[in-house]
Amino acid sequence: MNGSSPAVLETRNLTKIFGGLTAVGRFDLEVRQGEILSLIGPNGAGKTTVFNVVTGIYRPEEGQVLFRGEDITGWKPHQIVKRGVARTFQNIRLFPNMTCLENVVAGQHSRGASGVWSSIFRTRSQRVEESRFFEKADRCIDRVGLSRFRNELAKNVPYGRQRMLEIARALACEPALLVLDEPSSGLNAVETEELMRFLEDLIREDALTILLIEHDMNVVMGISHRVAVMEEGRKISEGRPEEIYRDPRVIEAYLGKEEN
Amino acid sequence: MESSRSQGSGRFFGSRQGTLMAVVAAFFIYPFVVGDYHIDIAFFFGIYALLGLSLNIVLGEVGLFDLGHAGFYAIGAYTTAILNTKYGIPVLLLLPVSAVAAGLFAYLVCSPIIHLRGDYLCIVTIGMGEIVRLALINNPLDLTGGPNGVFGIDFPSLGGIFVIDSPIKYYFLIWTVVALTIIGLLRLQKSRIGRAWNCIREDEVAAGSSGIDVRHYKLLAFMLGAALAGVAGNIYASKLMCVSPESFTFWESCLFFCIVLIGGMGSIPGVLIGAAAISLFPEILRPFAMYRMMFFGIAMILMMMFRPGGVWPRKRGEGAP
Amino acid sequence: MGVFFEQLINGLTIGSFYALIALGYSMVYGVLKLINFAHGDFFTLGSYIGYTLLVFAVSFITAHFGLWGGLVAALLVAAASVALVGVFVERVAYRPIYPAGRLPAVVSALGASIVLQNAIMVIWGPRYQAYPAALIPNVHLQIGNIHITLLQILILVLSFALMGILYTIIQRTTFGAAVRATALDRDTASLMGINFNRIIFFIFTLGPALGAMAGVMVGMYYRQISFAMGWNYGLKAFTATILGGIGNLPGAMFGGLILGVLEMFGAAYISAAWKDVFVFLILILVLIFRPTGLFGEKVAEKV
Repeated sequence: MNGSSPAVLETRNLTKIFGGLTAVGRFDLEVRQGEILSLIGPNGAGKTTVFNVVTGIYRPEEGQVLFRGEDITGWKPHQIVKRGVARTFQNIRLFPNMTCLENVVAGQHSRGASGVWSSIFRTRSQRVEESRFFEKADRCIDRVGLSRFRNELAKNVPYGRQRMLEIARALACEPALLVLDEPSSGLNAVETEELMRFLEDLIREDALTILLIEHDMNVVMGISHRVAVMEEGRKISEGRPEEIYRDPRVIEAYLGKEEN
Repeated sequence: MESSRSQGSGRFFGSRQGTLMAVVAAFFIYPFVVGDYHIDIAFFFGIYALLGLSLNIVLGEVGLFDLGHAGFYAIGAYTTAILNTKYGIPVLLLLPVSAVAAGLFAYLVCSPIIHLRGDYLCIVTIGMGEIVRLALINNPLDLTGGPNGVFGIDFPSLGGIFVIDSPIKYYFLIWTVVALTIIGLLRLQKSRIGRAWNCIREDEVAAGSSGIDVRHYKLLAFMLGAALAGVAGNIYASKLMCVSPESFTFWESCLFFCIVLIGGMGSIPGVLIGAAAISLFPEILRPFAMYRMMFFGIAMILMMMFRPGGVWPRKRGEGAP
Repeated sequence: MGVFFEQLINGLTIGSFYALIALGYSMVYGVLKLINFAHGDFFTLGSYIGYTLLVFAVSFITAHFGLWGGLVAALLVAAASVALVGVFVERVAYRPIYPAGRLPAVVSALGASIVLQNAIMVIWGPRYQAYPAALIPNVHLQIGNIHITLLQILILVLSFALMGILYTIIQRTTFGAAVRATALDRDTASLMGINFNRIIFFIFTLGPALGAMAGVMVGMYYRQISFAMGWNYGLKAFTATILGGIGNLPGAMFGGLILGVLEMFGAAYISAAWKDVFVFLILILVLIFRPTGLFGEKVAEKV
């Protein structure tokens, strides 16, 4: 990825405080069009908090979030989704008692407009919209290879598949930026490999941009174009994977300072 | 591939057509073979069904604990009672007016509290219901008639030609409204709106992050639920020809809550069964005289022991209606 | 100023009834996340048992224990018997239903409430019953221009003593720590070897016992009781529980006292007819600005 691609997402001076504790402090990040950027760092470094601020679940105390140049700081989650940012959660948040298909269709919600009356009277535009919704959802579900589970309840789907289902739901939001929180956690080696190929496909074929939090270094090194490292709410390093790999500050953050 | 998008009414009227036809036929024949007393019982079954359906939107579809639903019911009933007795506006014309009044009231009172979670929302709805009831008792602006209520509400009539003035006509009025409501709600269940409601019930945060405006859909559910309760209030007021605060107590709200839970959250056939249980049980238990409410309570406990998910829970996925 | 202090005392008196009942709600809610609708009826039952003892055992009790002995006996017997009923109701109506989740338990609790209320009606009749005036201390005190009764002082002293004892048990003893741990995280608590059923037994004896004592005191204070009164007191006490922050015991106590004082001030300074409206409006306002109650912790949801 060359440095000249325009920034899709930008955070400036982002600060989030929980009861006097600074979870994220003066955090700057730039995610460029078409790249996979991995956010890594030890547990409690504030990575998920960054995600929650970016996707509108938390409101930052200070700083800005810009999406394609537009200031989206403090917007509600659904407004941010509509602009084109979709996400998944570290501890998988599906709609457990709804079918896989219904879960994915939910992602299409912000791409429709039908209301109470058009739904009750089944107007033409509402029916057209519904079939568009379900076609799109079917495509997303096929894409993550879950077609055979489409009418199963989400809670009955194996764990690894639930992760993919959550990604399918995010794709159904028709995002420009996909924000994935530890997508490989809980996956076995084969599933992780599939996930990596899949994410690369998304970048190549769908012109998506992906921001991910990841603990599995094979995934980070394998697919990231760039990596940003966080520690105690701050960014301590940023660069290409191989640079990060050798950065003494990063090694120290992960392994602790070597005492001589 | 003719997936769930059109199967809402399709399957319901399809594979279960026979059963459904039989039920509808029974409903048509029933009032002609029993006396007025039993027609009235079926009328109140219909009122409870409508109220159950209205609460089911809030409680069953969205999972919001509303234990003040009688307040919305009261707003509908008093809107009809006051406007009819003071200004002579026809009752049938007041049906949509009552619905709008209750819906608007829900919007106003729920807007500031809609962000509350679980039991905190629950107590606020209880408080809201109690405020409505106490306000009616206190007779503000001399409108509500205090503890005695408002008397002399007209029969509903269509331009003075067709007057709904007998138990059998009321029976058909309420059940027509219930039937239309059921059709509307079945369609909503299988729409963008119904799915958004269910998503919020399942996981609010995930719903927001899937693009659903959580606040908007919660308020919408309250408004629609309240509007339907307002319709029930309109019909109830004209049937009794009078309204008084004691019909809209916290206890009534609890009964509506039980209707939804006995039947099964979010299940429309379930609501009908729940409404039948709540309105028919006390009648069936009448021979037990003063012990009958004790049996009623025991029945509620037993029901939850053996069918905690309700008698007819909503099914999803394969084989769902 | 005289009116102010009198209303304050009146408010604290009924507030302490609410507080005692609210403690039962709060304990059950804290541990089981269940709104125990039958709790108001435990209160009524206590009131009726106290009434029966005072009415039918007057000569016997006063002959052996004197007037005060009679009152103490009424309080203790009511508390003990309602505690038994509490444990029984939990076994029969709640325990089989917890595993199914909290909503079925709410319906079951409503069912239990109906059964208790109607059982009281069947046993004691649907009409109001009057506590025997002769057995209730009737001493009026004048301090400056403030007029209070000996009974109010006794009620306040007893209520605060009971709340103090419960507070000490919950906050200062190992067993109390076990109760608090179970309320925080039941699964982890049981992994630590805490016996869940013992905790349940504890809250379903102590909660109803406190409610029953409040019932006897209400009987003495208002002299009149009815089979359906638990519904109203229960609703107020539940409101107090939420006002203080659900599952927070000191919060429930303060919530009850604040509610009682608000109610009396509302009655004195605004309008007696609108006092309950005033109380509920305050509740709603508090929750709009503090969504987890006055003393509830502000917890950011873990996402």
